[in-house]
Amino acid sequence: MTATFPTDSVGLVTPQVAHFDDPFTFVNGAVLQNHQLVYETYGELNSAGDNAVLICHALSGSHHAAGFHSANERRPGWWDLAIGPGKPIDTARLFVVCSNNLGCCDGSSGPNTINPSTGEAWGGRFPQPQVQDWVRSQKLLAEHLGISKWAAVIGGSLGGMQALQWTIDFPDWVGHCVALAAAPGLTAQNIAFNEIARHAILSDPDWCEGAYLSEGTLPARGVALARMVGHLTYMSADGMSDRFGRELREGGFSPDDNAEWVFQVESYLRHQGSRFSTQFDANTYVLMTRALDLFDLTGTQDGGLAAVLARAQAEFLVASFSSDWRFPPQRSIEIRDALMAAGKPVTYANIETDNGHDGFLLPNPSYEQLLKEWMRRVGPS
Amino acid sequence: MDAQGGSLMNRLDLKTVLDWVPEDSRVLDLGCGDGAFLARLRDERNAIGVGVDIDPANLIAAVSKGLDVIQEDINDGLYCFTTNRFDVVVLAHALQELTHPHIALERMVDIGDEAIVSFPNFGHWLCRAHLGFKGRMPMSRAMPRHWYNTPNIHFCTVKDFESLCSDLKIDIIERATIAGAAQGLLGRWFPNLFATSAIYRIRRAGG
Repeated sequence: MTATFPTDSVGLVTPQVAHFDDPFTFVNGAVLQNHQLVYETYGELNSAGDNAVLICHALSGSHHAAGFHSANERRPGWWDLAIGPGKPIDTARLFVVCSNNLGCCDGSSGPNTINPSTGEAWGGRFPQPQVQDWVRSQKLLAEHLGISKWAAVIGGSLGGMQALQWTIDFPDWVGHCVALAAAPGLTAQNIAFNEIARHAILSDPDWCEGAYLSEGTLPARGVALARMVGHLTYMSADGMSDRFGRELREGGFSPDDNAEWVFQVESYLRHQGSRFSTQFDANTYVLMTRALDLFDLTGTQDGGLAAVLARAQAEFLVASFSSDWRFPPQRSIEIRDALMAAGKPVTYANIETDNGHDGFLLPNPSYEQLLKEWMRRVGPS
Repeated sequence: MDAQGGSLMNRLDLKTVLDWVPEDSRVLDLGCGDGAFLARLRDERNAIGVGVDIDPANLIAAVSKGLDVIQEDINDGLYCFTTNRFDVVVLAHALQELTHPHIALERMVDIGDEAIVSFPNFGHWLCRAHLGFKGRMPMSRAMPRHWYNTPNIHFCTVKDFESLCSDLKIDIIERATIAGAAQGLLGRWFPNLFATSAIYRIRRAGG
């Protein structure tokens, strides 16, 4: 039977692997003698090579941004909403690349892959990547694919931060930059939430100092709890009230009901946590949250964020989501104002939504239309 | 801004405003609506334009014309814009909708070397007649809303505006008036009575 996919889907996609045999040195000095990146591409690279677009994934994302791995796959890639023929990131005219970040757990070299020098999984010994490391490794991938400049680098949340980093690390490589629900750096509150997530994982008895794969255990409870806390911060209070209210999934409110009460929201969070705990590597979660914590575009640069972004040569689309309290609109406005102070072309929108931080991943006509109209300026006309 | 701004702007002498914007200027259009005016400035004057609008539909329309737009409430004070970043700041038929028109005017002449402001003249004889003889707030084709649901919360006259500029130490470089065909000359001679709209080029005194 031939699989049928929606006409605006990129359809069946197959992940590919790029191997790099030269040593890769991390910001912190650690070295990988060789490494690999798993990635997907959608659309065709044109002969001029000026239609390539890089998608950067967020904390728990992967290289599977669009389409289906098989006819049976229940859900398409994580940003299928935006990527496909006729969609905002139009694969009919753009060549779209999405790679799994170095240190992640979906096929790129990371804690759950084999350390060639020991023959065992890296576990907690995998080097701590930073956003700059991901940018450099993605540049290696671009060169591997014969790309010499991105028409656009696009991402949401951590992916948006990565997109911004691209514009200042390799200014002449980035024509356009889309930073959604991003921030120029993490606040104390952001770091605190990440620390709670890490603490949940590190205090799980099955954590085994990060060596759970060689010990044959899995810190599933810790990862589930970390995910529950994280997931909570991606939703808004109004959105949760609309979706779950005070509905019970089990038990009742009558006086003679002695059942265990389970609210819908509890059931939902438990489900999210438990599903994630078997799919996502605990060490990766620790590394990714740490990379987030360490992200600070301004750093110690004199002149602040505007002086840093002055290096960029890209045109920018910055968008925030009205009910996002993980990286609230104010953080995007900081980016916007710095870009304007640096004299960079920028469009800014604050998308009205109850979807919180997750707003950048979820359907919203106004958001999708804005992205689509803005993307028309990307790539050959 | 209210959709009214855009439609009124079309009826203004657009050529006046276009002529006042030098070639290759950096222009900030406050309440840019669907971006039609900015697109003309770009296409006819080679201007580098940035729009400001609060309405998501306007934002999308302007972006679709290839323009850069900032979603922002002008009433928040425009503090996102750096001093002297623009050659010209335009506020077309939106002054009367602002919570604090005087603050906006001051910000405009700080952000831009020059500002262009247009507004409907409430001192026009028809407005006066409406108020004087009917004893009711004026309503017309250009001002179709009742006093309680109009976005126009700060109407002023030509005289009021010029007096405010003087108080704010803002120089008026040039004034143009819009009046009906039969009132063209009268509009120029007695603008406060015969101009339906007025357009001003202003700048910070001593600027």
